[in-house]
Amino acid sequence: MSIPITSKQSGGDLMFDATGTTVQAWRRENGRVGVRNHVAILPVDDISNACVEAVANNVKGTLALPHAYGRLQFGEDLDLHFRTLIGTGANPNVAAVVVIGIEPEWTKIIADGIRKTGKPVAEFSIEQNGDFETIRRAGWKAKEFVHWATELQKEECPITDLWVSTKCGESDTTTGLSSCPTVGNMYDKLLPHGLYGCFGETSEITGAEHICEKRAANPEAAAKFMKIFKAYADDVIFAHQTDDLSDSQPTKGNILGGLSTIEEKALGNLEKIGRTSTYIDALGPAEAPEKGNGLYFMDTSSAAAECVTLMGAAGYVIHTFPTGQGNVVGNPIVPVIKISGNPRTLRTMSEHIDVDVTGVLTREMTIDQAGDSLIEMIRRTANGRVTAAEALGHREFVMTKLYRSA
Amino acid sequence: MGIPQLLVHDTKDNVGVVVVEGLTAGTEMLCVVTHDNTDFKLVAEQDIPIGHKVALGDLTAGDTVIKYGEDIGKMVGEAKKGHHVHTHNLKTKRW
Repeated sequence: MSIPITSKQSGGDLMFDATGTTVQAWRRENGRVGVRNHVAILPVDDISNACVEAVANNVKGTLALPHAYGRLQFGEDLDLHFRTLIGTGANPNVAAVVVIGIEPEWTKIIADGIRKTGKPVAEFSIEQNGDFETIRRAGWKAKEFVHWATELQKEECPITDLWVSTKCGESDTTTGLSSCPTVGNMYDKLLPHGLYGCFGETSEITGAEHICEKRAANPEAAAKFMKIFKAYADDVIFAHQTDDLSDSQPTKGNILGGLSTIEEKALGNLEKIGRTSTYIDALGPAEAPEKGNGLYFMDTSSAAAECVTLMGAAGYVIHTFPTGQGNVVGNPIVPVIKISGNPRTLRTMSEHIDVDVTGVLTREMTIDQAGDSLIEMIRRTANGRVTAAEALGHREFVMTKLYRSA
Repeated sequence: MGIPQLLVHDTKDNVGVVVVEGLTAGTEMLCVVTHDNTDFKLVAEQDIPIGHKVALGDLTAGDTVIKYGEDIGKMVGEAKKGHHVHTHNLKTKRW
């Protein structure tokens, strides 16, 4: 059965006919589409990790999400911590969640936040119970959730109901020539049909911020982007720089790959948003998009694991990741699809790459064909194909910390 | 057309990117401009690694380097046509 997709773009020829391109995925209680069906065991704080991992060990088919923070955070940093945990639990790739924290109040905040999606959530706190009793009680609930989740049936959904994010890593000059424009081509084809997209990496837009500003769909989005960029430049670069950023941006890996300046890196990075796509809003880290379908900019670090974690927490269910020199990052709840056009990387570490676009460099493949091959891999990944990062056990779940705890 | 050794993003660019491994000095490279698929020949004057840039004309200190049709920094040294352009002779204008 094919589900017709109505273009949300008025006028103009659409390059890609997404009509009938569907995936088999889980339609969640809130209508969102998930491509994985995890029962997550989520700690509120670092000292609950042991309990969480014990529950996940006892009950097969669950996924522990240990992380490093959650105590004595305050202000904007605490807001981000809560938003990231709630967003991760709320992500449509998660069917049900067991939340475990040291004390009941913050634990309840996280659980209630996730509960708004309508999915099953249970929370447990360790004080007055101890690890043993918490593990016992949480284990019973986790087992119940596993039985329930494993009987949920997939449905046919338009591919453009997916939320697909992007960030590149270990970039080199080949990413700007091949893998980044491949992602851009995918966005140019799918965004007009209803896809939600997201790009970020505030620091790695440095040098091309004037070009990024012009890619906003409206003046409000442009102003929001520039405000975020200026805050980053003032608070991070100028506050902490010693002489310049030449020792860290481009990174040593970027330089080995042939990138010489931050401007060159940024221009390659921006190839990921294609030729025609424009962003409709600029989001804070882990903030869910609220202005309908389309492309969003998110204020993120350029560190791969932090960035993918933030986009997953905003609700994105598949991540497309161009790499040149070979970044190996994965995420526990979001399948990360790796795309590379660097023949040396394909020769030396092909186990990490899902989509080979080396043909773009040899002129045996056009960017248009490369974009189609990525869309095909998104379809297969949504249908259940395990990505290279998933097969290799890459589950980097990394909280972004804004400043030190009290 | 054979397999190119060098790709150039834009017609305005004054550098291109080596896209094959093991490029040695003296190789007459097939160069393709990806923007319009035009091609030309250029001799590599040095061994240049994959992913690294080659000057398409003589560049001297102070020259702006153009890639993607955009300013990516300034030359702080010299690179004759066919020579390697990288962090030893190209710097950002930012700091």
